[in-house]
Order: sequence, then C-alpha cells, then structure tokens
Amino acid sequence: MTPLLEVSGLTAFYGPSQALFGVDLRVGAGEVVALMGRNGMGKTTTVRCICRMMPAGGGRIAFAGHDLGALASHEAARHGIGLVPEGRRCFGPLSVEENLVCAARPGEWDLGRVGDLFPRLIERRPQLARTLSGGEQQMLAIGRALMTNPKLLVLDEATEGLAPVVRQEIWRAIRALKRAGLAILIIDKSLKDLKALADRCVILERGATVWSGAPTALTDDLCVRYLGV
Amino acid sequence: MAEPVLQIRGLCKHFGALRASDNVDLDLMPGEIHALIGPNGAGKSTLIKQIAGEIAPDAGTIRLAGRDVTASGAVARARLGLARSFQVSSVAGEFTVLQNVMLAVAGRLRRTYRFLRPALADTKLTAPAREAIARVGLADREGMRAADLSHGERRTLEIAIALALKPKAFLLDEPMAGMGPEGARSLTHLLDGLRHEAPILLVEHDMDAVFALADRISVLVHGRIIASGTVAEIQADAVVRAAYLGEEDA
Repeated sequence: MTPLLEVSGLTAFYGPSQALFGVDLRVGAGEVVALMGRNGMGKTTTVRCICRMMPAGGGRIAFAGHDLGALASHEAARHGIGLVPEGRRCFGPLSVEENLVCAARPGEWDLGRVGDLFPRLIERRPQLARTLSGGEQQMLAIGRALMTNPKLLVLDEATEGLAPVVRQEIWRAIRALKRAGLAILIIDKSLKDLKALADRCVILERGATVWSGAPTALTDDLCVRYLGV
Repeated sequence: MAEPVLQIRGLCKHFGALRASDNVDLDLMPGEIHALIGPNGAGKSTLIKQIAGEIAPDAGTIRLAGRDVTASGAVARARLGLARSFQVSSVAGEFTVLQNVMLAVAGRLRRTYRFLRPALADTKLTAPAREAIARVGLADREGMRAADLSHGERRTLEIAIALALKPKAFLLDEPMAGMGPEGARSLTHLLDGLRHEAPILLVEHDMDAVFALADRISVLVHGRIIASGTVAEIQADAVVRAAYLGEEDA
C-alpha cells in the first residue's frame, strides 16, 4: 500500500551548513510515527521541509500522491498536512475563536469538535490568544491545526514547557486523535509517552535516518546509543 | 538561624482584575535550591520579573542580602548579586562564548572596553570569564560564536554568564526548557554543585530535575503560594497533585 507520506533521501541546508544528509521516513494512513533523536540531529528541520517551510536541498517528499517538492507551505497545508509548530505560534492579537476559524477548511473538524477535545478553548472563545496560559495556547495550536482537517497532523514538541498536569491533558488528547484514526508524525522529549503512543519510531542521527522500527524493538542499547537515555 | 539571602514579603501585583502575585512570602536560604512550581499562567514569571527588578510590585518588599531592594532597578540588583537566566536563551549570538562571559565580568568589575587596549588581552576580564566557562564545562567552546552552539550549550553558557557575576543568589527561569535527556542530566548535576556558591530560586517544569535538586518547593497557583515544603511533602499534597502534578509525576 502506498504510504500517506513518503520522504526519501531528504537533504537540507542552512546557508553553507548541511543539516540533513539523507532522511527516509514513511507514515501510513492512520499511523502514528515518532521522530526521535538527540537535540540538533535534524528532527525539526525534517518537519520544516515536509511542511515546505524551508526548501529541501535534495531527495523527495511525496504526500497523498503529490510531490510536495515545488509547493509553498500553504499549498502543502491544503493537501492535508496540519502543523503544530514548536513554540505554538498562535496569533496573539486574535481571539481563540478567530485563531480557529481563520484556519478552517471543510471537513469533520469544526469548532464544536475541537471544543469537545479541548473544552477550555470554548470557555476562552472570545479571549485574545496572547492572554492564554502556555497550556491553553498549546491546545489552541493543536485545535487550529485540526481545523484545517488534515490527513496528517505534525506535532513538534507539543508538550514542551508545560506543567505536568497540562502535559497529561495534551497526551490524552493526542491519544484520542490516534483512536479517531488520524495519522500523526510526532516529535517529543518524553520517550515513555512516545513509546506508548507510536506505531513506529524513526531515529535521526546527524541529519540522517539510522533506525526505524516498532517501539517494542527499541532496545535500551539503541536508546543509549541514539537518544542518550 | 541564618538570614535568608532573598526575602520576599507580602508581594502583590495586579494586571487589571488579574492577581498575578497575591501576597507572596518567599525565602531563599544560604546553600539551598528552592524550586518554584505551578501551572502555566500561575504567575511564576511575573514573580521572577519583580524579584529581578524588571517590573515593580504594587505592594510588598524584596530584600537581598539584608538590603531592601524593592525600589532598585534590575541593573542595581544585578550589581548587588542577583543573577538571572531566562526562559528563552538570551545570549549575544554574534559574540563568542568567551566574549559573552567577559561582558558579565566587565559589568561586575565596572570595567569598560578601551580603544587602545584589546579587551581579549585584559586578563582581569579573561581570567574570571575562563574560570566560569571551565566550571560549566564549555572550555573547548570558548572561541565559538554563541549562535553556533547547540541549544543545551547555550543554556549552559547562560549559567556561566550568571556565575561570572559572582552572585549572592541565582534566579533560574526554566533552565531545562528544550533540553534533551542527556543535557538535562548534565545541567542537573551542574546546578547541584552551584548551590554551594549561591542559593538558587529555580522555576522549572521538569519534575525529575526539581525532585532531584530541591531542598524546598513552593507551589504557586493563581498568584498565591498554596503549599511549601520538602519534595516528599509536596508529592503527597492532594491539592498540589490536583492543581499541578496530576497523577503521573508524583
């Protein structure tokens, strides 16, 4: 079966510095893939290339039958890639509702369904995004990505800098999205939560894929060698 | 009994109807790591900014090493020995590691760069800077631009800058943010050693680090300290578990 997302031989550069040297990864429909690796190994750069927020130097990114290579980021989003970026990046001067509505595309996800997932966003509906707590902003960033009705949700450090009780709430929501059948590509610091959630793990080392497999096959030896855990 | 290095009494700060700090009392004793935890939006950063002198409280007092610094600005408090790190790394990216730390030393010694004497040849600046850099384990990076450091190394550089101020107290605002497991472990080890140079008021969401380091934990919710105690006392507190820890981390 053709995967939903297929990245092969991806390379990328920041000016003269090469950041990616050959990333390969696949995400099937309804599959959850954890993108792992130490800091600086190319996880966020890979995500930025997939979402077309920076150009790939080489390789191929195919999504739902389309070659994303020549597209702009908004076109990749229209094909069904919903990004929850590192640092949330909510539109501060807009209300919660405006943040959600401005991203809306037709489909199952609407204000009501996002509100079912994060009731707190409905309570905060008229409030400006910049006045929300960090946890509420994270919920809003996820809700905004869902409003685009993505085929693939990309979560880059969605639990970073959050209180434990809020992190647990975000993980509960992500598990609910998996149960609903949404394909997810996720980067996170919590190995324990990633192993419990993911169908497959892909490890990057120095900008290249070095291991891919089921979380159950991720041995302590691999974790020490590639993740420093 | 020893006097607190930092003593906060009755601190209040309102933003319109929002009580960001609601009659906060807090002590930082010599040699201790006092962790300040609480949900996002509880007022931790607002409290840190008042302690650092970046925003003025509506009421209350802040004493540093016995002196009332409530009316002093951020620069005066830094000169009196309050060293602060930020949630988001705040280093001069175009400067090398050594130059970043030298700026802190120059600030402490009130030395200015002079046209006729290259600052990098001024051992009064370079020697203490190199000492601080070595102390945090960045000696092999001293010639690198801060912008080229990894995230974890930039966080560590911030600690070196704070250390170069020879502070009486450290205010560290989420130093573990964005660190991988290896980086968090080595920073935890570094902070554990720093408490002997100056006590640390530590704002942090990484509970592994907080539970490993803290002598005392205070929990801030809606601008109020709702609990203060040892790690074991805080872990067992039902109100804290409901408001902050949840069911997994305790």
